[in-house]
Amino acid sequence: MFDPALLKTIFGRLTFESFPIHEPILMVTFAVVALLGGGVVAAVTRFKLWGWLWREWFTSVDHKKIGIMYIILGVVMLLRGFADALMMRAQQAISFGANQGYLNAHHYDQLFTVHGTIMIFFVAIPLIVGLVNFVMPLQIGARDVAFPYLNNLSFWLTVAGALLTMVSLFVGEFARTGWLGYVPVGSLQNSPDTGVDYYLWSLQIAGVGTTLSAINMVTTIIKMRAPGMTMMKMPIFCWTALCSNTLAIAIFPILTGAFLMLLLDRYVGTNFFTNDLGGNPMMYWNLVWIWGHPEVYVLVLPVFGIYSEITSTFSGKRLFGYSSMVYATVVITILAYLVWLHHFFTMGSGASVNSFFGIATMVISIPTGAKIFNWLFTMYRGRIRFELPMRWVIAFMLTFVVGGMTGVLLAVPPADFVLHNSLFLVAHFHNVIIGGVVFGLFAGIDYWFPKAFGFKLDRFWGNVHFWGWTIGYWVAWTPIYIVGLMGATRRLRHFDDPAMQPYFIIAAIGALIILVGIIGFVMSIIVGIIRRDKLRDKTGDPWNGRTLEWSTSSPPPAYNFAFTPVVHELDSWYDMKSVGYERPTQGYRPIHMPRNTGAGVIVSFLALVMGFGMVWYIWWLAALGFAGIVVVTIGHSFNRNRDYYIPADEVERIETARFRLVAGEAA
Amino acid sequence: MNRPAFIPSTLARTALLLAAFLSTGCNMVVLNPAGDVALQQRNIIFISTALMLLIIIPVIILIILFAWRYRSSNTEATYDPDFDHSTSLELIIWSAPLLIIIALGGLTWWSTHKLDPFRPLERISAGRPVDPAVRPLHIQVVSLDWKWLFIYPEQGIATVNELALPVDRPVRFDLTSTNMMNTFYAPTLAGMIYTMPGMRSTMHAVLNKPGDYKGFSGNYSGAGFSDMKFRLRGLANGDFDRWVAGVKGAALPLDQATYRRLVRPSEAVAPIHFRTVDADLFRRILERCVEPGTPCMSDVMRHDQAAASAGSRAEGHASMPQNGRAEGAIFKAPEDKGSGPNVTKPRGAPPGPEAPGDKRNRDMSMINPLAMPGTSGSARG
Repeated sequence: MFDPALLKTIFGRLTFESFPIHEPILMVTFAVVALLGGGVVAAVTRFKLWGWLWREWFTSVDHKKIGIMYIILGVVMLLRGFADALMMRAQQAISFGANQGYLNAHHYDQLFTVHGTIMIFFVAIPLIVGLVNFVMPLQIGARDVAFPYLNNLSFWLTVAGALLTMVSLFVGEFARTGWLGYVPVGSLQNSPDTGVDYYLWSLQIAGVGTTLSAINMVTTIIKMRAPGMTMMKMPIFCWTALCSNTLAIAIFPILTGAFLMLLLDRYVGTNFFTNDLGGNPMMYWNLVWIWGHPEVYVLVLPVFGIYSEITSTFSGKRLFGYSSMVYATVVITILAYLVWLHHFFTMGSGASVNSFFGIATMVISIPTGAKIFNWLFTMYRGRIRFELPMRWVIAFMLTFVVGGMTGVLLAVPPADFVLHNSLFLVAHFHNVIIGGVVFGLFAGIDYWFPKAFGFKLDRFWGNVHFWGWTIGYWVAWTPIYIVGLMGATRRLRHFDDPAMQPYFIIAAIGALIILVGIIGFVMSIIVGIIRRDKLRDKTGDPWNGRTLEWSTSSPPPAYNFAFTPVVHELDSWYDMKSVGYERPTQGYRPIHMPRNTGAGVIVSFLALVMGFGMVWYIWWLAALGFAGIVVVTIGHSFNRNRDYYIPADEVERIETARFRLVAGEAA
Repeated sequence: MNRPAFIPSTLARTALLLAAFLSTGCNMVVLNPAGDVALQQRNIIFISTALMLLIIIPVIILIILFAWRYRSSNTEATYDPDFDHSTSLELIIWSAPLLIIIALGGLTWWSTHKLDPFRPLERISAGRPVDPAVRPLHIQVVSLDWKWLFIYPEQGIATVNELALPVDRPVRFDLTSTNMMNTFYAPTLAGMIYTMPGMRSTMHAVLNKPGDYKGFSGNYSGAGFSDMKFRLRGLANGDFDRWVAGVKGAALPLDQATYRRLVRPSEAVAPIHFRTVDADLFRRILERCVEPGTPCMSDVMRHDQAAASAGSRAEGHASMPQNGRAEGAIFKAPEDKGSGPNVTKPRGAPPGPEAPGDKRNRDMSMINPLAMPGTSGSARG
C-alpha cells in the first residue's frame, strides 16, 4: 500500500522517528508551548483581534510598529535562549565524577549550539534592529525609513528564520556544532542528520532580512535627515547606528557566502570545506570569523550610542567630546575588519601574523577607552538622576571595563594559547555581551518605552529587573572566569575534578538570580500596563530629553512630525526648548505616507516553507516555496497602490487633541 | 526618587569576589603550571593584567566617584550643563590608553615571537639554557574520534590516551588529526594548539616537574568530546626509560588491522600501549592515505603538477582515484534519503530497575500507549 520510494518523495526524510516522543523534556516543553500558544490563539480569536493584528501590525510598514515587533521577537527568543542556558548550568553543576548529569551528549551539544545561535541571531540582532528602527527615524526627524516595505519584509524574514529554529525543537533536531556551525563537525560526513541543515537555512533566511534591513537603515540615515541636520549635528545614536549598519552590509554577505558553500558541500557534494579532495575546513573558520568579529561591533556600537544618549540626558549635560565620540566609532568600525584571526591564534599562523592581529585587537581598546572616558566626563559636573536607564549605564561601565580588560588579555597571543577555548574566554564574551550589549538594550528599552507607549515601566519591577541582572551576572560569571583559570575548557558536559563543582553550583545560582531579573523585566511591562494611567506621560518628554524623538507625542502619531523639524544645533530638542520653541498650531498640510502590504508576511512564510522542504529533502515543497517567493515578489512589484495621504484636517484633529492633553497636564 | 545607594554595595561585592578569587589560587593550573612554556605564558598574563589595571582601577574609582558626587540630590556639586569639550582632557583620554597599548603591543610582539610554538626551545627553565647536544624528544600526536594517539618514532612505540614525558627534556610535538579539529591541551605543560585533518602543526614544550597531570581536547569535536582526555605523566629520566621498556613489553602492535579498529569512533577510552608502530604511520595519516590503495596528498599534488605541465589536467585528474567523496543530498534517490531521526533517542530495551540511571529508562516512546492498565507487556522493546 505504501510504496517506500513514493513516501520518501512526498515526505523526504521526515519519518515517525523524527519526532522526539521519547524525550520527556521536549514533550513537556511541547505541551507547555502548545498550551500557551493555544491560549494566545484562542484569546485573539475570542476578542476578534485577527483582523486588527493583520491590518495594524503584521502588514504595517510603520517603522515604529516594526521596531516594536522586532523587540517582541527578541524578548520572546530571549526567554527560549535563557531556558537553554539554565539547562546547561544545571547540567554542568551536577555532572561531576560518576554523575553524568541529566543530559546526554547529543542533547547537551544541541543546547549550547542553539543557545549561542538564538542569543546572537534572534535576540541581540532583533533587539538592536528594533531599537534602531524605532528610534533612529524619530531622531533624524523623518516620517519613516527609506524603504518601508523592505523593512516589513526584513522583519518577517527574521521571524521565519527564528521559527525554523524553533521547529527543530519538535521536528528532528538542531545542529551539534557550536553556534558557528564549524566544520568538520558540521560537514555532511560527520553530521548527516537534519541539525546543520536547520541551522544553515534558518540563518540564511534571517541573514537576508538582516542585510536588507542594514541597507535600509544606512540609506535612511544618509538621505532622510531633517533639514539643517548635518552629519556632525546628528544624534550620536544615529552615528553608531550608521556605523553598525555599514559594517553589517559589508559582513553579512561573507556569512551568506560561507553558508552557501557549506550548503553546496552538503547538498551538491562539492568539496569547499571537506577534509579530502582539496577541501579545507580552516577556510570556513576564517570566513565565519571575518563575519563574526565585526558582528560583535555591529551589536555593541548602537549600544554605545544608547549609553551616550542616556548619560547625556540623565546628567542634564551635553555629551562630552561629541566629535571624538564620532571618530572613535568610525575608527572601531574600520578596525573591526582587521582582527578576526584572534579567534584562532592557536591554529598555527606564524608569530608575525599572530602579533599583527593581536596588536590590531588591542588598538580597538583605545577608541573604546576614549568612549568610557567621554561618558565619565559627561557625568562630571552633571546633575545625575539615577532613573532606571542611568542605573544600567553605571552597571554597564563597571562591568564592561572588566570584560574589556580580559578581552585585551586574550588578544595577547601567548596568553591566548592557555586561555583559548577555555571557560575564561566564555566568561569574557558573556562579560562584554551581557555587561555591554544586554544591559544597554535594557537601558534603551527602559528609556524609550514611554516614547513608544505613552507610559513608563513599573519602577519596582524595573528595579528587580536591574538588580537581578546585575547581581546575577557577577554571581554567574565570576566563578566561570575562575574555573577557566583552573583549566576547564568550553562545551564540556562532564567534569572529573571535584574542586570545580562549587564554582559551577555558584554559577547556577547566579543564573537563577538572572532569572529573577528576567521575571522582573516581564513583570515591569505587565504591571506597567496595568498601572498605565498612573505612569502615563502626556508631555511626550518624560526624561527631559535632548533629541528630536522627545519633541513629538508619546506614542508618536503615524506620521511622527506634523511639520518636519528644522535643526540648528546638536541636541536639537534641548536647543528648541531653551530658545522657547512653540509648536505651530495651524497651517497643516496633507502628509504623504506609505501604505501597508501583506507581501512581506507572505514571502517570509514561503521562505519558511522552502527552508523546511530543503532541511527534510522534500524537494517538491522547497521548489513550491521558492516558486511562490518569485511569483509573489514579481506580483508585488506591479502593485502601484503603495501610498496615501493623511488629510490635513485629520492631522489637525490629532495635533489639537495632543495640545489639549499637554495643556491639561500643565494646568 | 534618586537613590544611588547601590554604588557602595557594588564595591563591597567586587571586593568579596576578588577575595574569593585569590583564596583559590592554589588549584588554578593555568596560573601554577609545571612546564616552562606554560609558566612563561602565565607570566605574560600577569604582566598584561598589571599593565591594564594601571588604567582600569582609576577608571572604576572615577566612575564610582563621579556617580556619587554628581548625583542630583547633591546640590553642592558644580553643575555645568554646557561643559562638553576640553582639549587637554581629550588629549589625556586618548593618550593614556594609547600609552598602555604601546607598552602592551611591544610586549605582545616580543612574547609572541619568543613563545611561538614552532620555535625550538632555548631554555629548560629560567636560567637553564638547553644543552645543544640534547636533541628534543620527538612525539607525534594524532587526534582520533575521540581519543589521543601518541607515537614515539624514536622509541618505536605508541600509546593511546597516555602521554609520558621525561622531565626537563625539550619535546617537539608534531600534530595532526584523522577527522575532527581538536586542540591538544595540557594546561600544565603549554598552551593549546589545533590538530587538523590533512595539516600538521608543531609545538615545542618542556615539563619541569615529575607528576601525574591531565590533558584533553580544548575544541568541541562531537559526541565523545567531553571524555577525550589523556593522562600526562612527567617522569624522571630513568623512570621514562623504564616506562618505554614497559610499553615495549605490551601485547599489541599498532599494525594496519589494529589501526583500522582504533580509528573507529569510540568514547572514554582507557590508556592503551602498543609495543611497535609503523614508522610511516603519522605521515600517512597526515597525507590521508592510511587505507591501502588511496593516494597520498603529496602524490596527488605531484601527479597534478606533472599533468598540468603536460597540458592535460582533466585527463590527469581522471586517473587518480578519489577518496572521501560524499554524495550531495539532491543526488540521492528517494529511497536513499534515509530518515532524519531525533538522535538523542536511546537505543535498545530499557534495563529497568537494574540500572535506574540508565538513559533508556527515560524513553517514553518505549511505552505502548494502547496497552491497558493491568495487562502485561506495556513496554515494547
